[in-house]
Amino acid sequence: MSDAAVTQGLAGPYEPSLFGTYSKKVGMWLFLLSDSLTFGALLFAYTYGRISTPDWPTPFHSESIRNATLMTAFLLTSSLTMVLAVRASVEKRAKAQRGWLLATMACGIAFVILHGHEWTNLIAQGLTLPMFPAAPGHTSAEFSEVAKSVPQFPATFFGLTGMHMLHVTIGVIYLGVIALRRWFIPVLLGFWLLAWLGTPDYSPFHYGAHLLLLGAIVISIILWLKPKVYDNSDVEVAGLYWHFVDLVWMFIFPLVYLMSTRIV
Amino acid sequence: MDALQVAIAGQVAEQHRHHGKAQFFWVWGALLLMTGIEVYLAYQNMEPVRMLSYLMGLSIIKAGLIIAYFMHMKFEVSRMKWMTMSSLVICLALMCIFLPDAFRILHLGVNK
Repeated sequence: MSDAAVTQGLAGPYEPSLFGTYSKKVGMWLFLLSDSLTFGALLFAYTYGRISTPDWPTPFHSESIRNATLMTAFLLTSSLTMVLAVRASVEKRAKAQRGWLLATMACGIAFVILHGHEWTNLIAQGLTLPMFPAAPGHTSAEFSEVAKSVPQFPATFFGLTGMHMLHVTIGVIYLGVIALRRWFIPVLLGFWLLAWLGTPDYSPFHYGAHLLLLGAIVISIILWLKPKVYDNSDVEVAGLYWHFVDLVWMFIFPLVYLMSTRIV
Repeated sequence: MDALQVAIAGQVAEQHRHHGKAQFFWVWGALLLMTGIEVYLAYQNMEPVRMLSYLMGLSIIKAGLIIAYFMHMKFEVSRMKWMTMSSLVICLALMCIFLPDAFRILHLGVNK
């Protein structure tokens, strides 16, 4: 129907879009709106727990705050490189587009590594969940009592930041497919092996690494079913997702880290 | 994509071409600066509700900058802006209805 309108000139060159943009972008916006409600619910649950618990722990030392600030800087910089990738794609500069996308992915990977380091430190200090494998010697660690007396804190902290970390990981995979297409699959399998073999078996990341394998299988199926060259609209839509991930962190960082800073 | 979608995507790309690169660097700088202010405020030993208000105020400004410039919402047609932003704000505002209950629990002393 719409093709007919374009080719036969029934409504001029093309019919105006209701929202002034293409449907793929409207679809991504609708997905982001629904996803923001997921994060909204998690953030409200955290805030509720924070307000209603008088002895809420403040476990974040200056090292943690420095780490989280650096993570924030990486995410903000990744948003800048992403917007430059979109611009390069619009200007049909394929090499620059790929370069900026790879820079965005590098910032995302740096974020995940720093976040993994933060989680590992907290787990080693006794702040853990019953579902996590027990780290050696953590029963006598600094926060082992916190995890027992205020279980809402580790539950909401790991739930919220874990959900965000999952989104960043999916974002890196998404950008990898847009930038490198099928050549990204061996890269992703390399990351999976690195994460799986490079983490001790008591780390949650040892098992979490299998998500990368799952991602490699899913993108293999997608690229096999629908191989295509991604154009500037795909880059822009991927950019919307990436900026959303950045946007959510702008609320997690102050609520989770800065509101639980240990001041000595 | 069908021909209609390609044509619309081409028009959107043409609009993007007119956005200056410098504004993205300004927004990035402003976001980093506000992050620095947030970290400074975290060490000012304020009462939690006051600190929460300041930090959330800054976060909303940062979110607004990201949505407007990085996600290009500023350059969308007003119908798109209203549809997305009003539905989001209404749904998130509805969640606030539960927050007074958290204060009620505190004053009832359930957790004490």
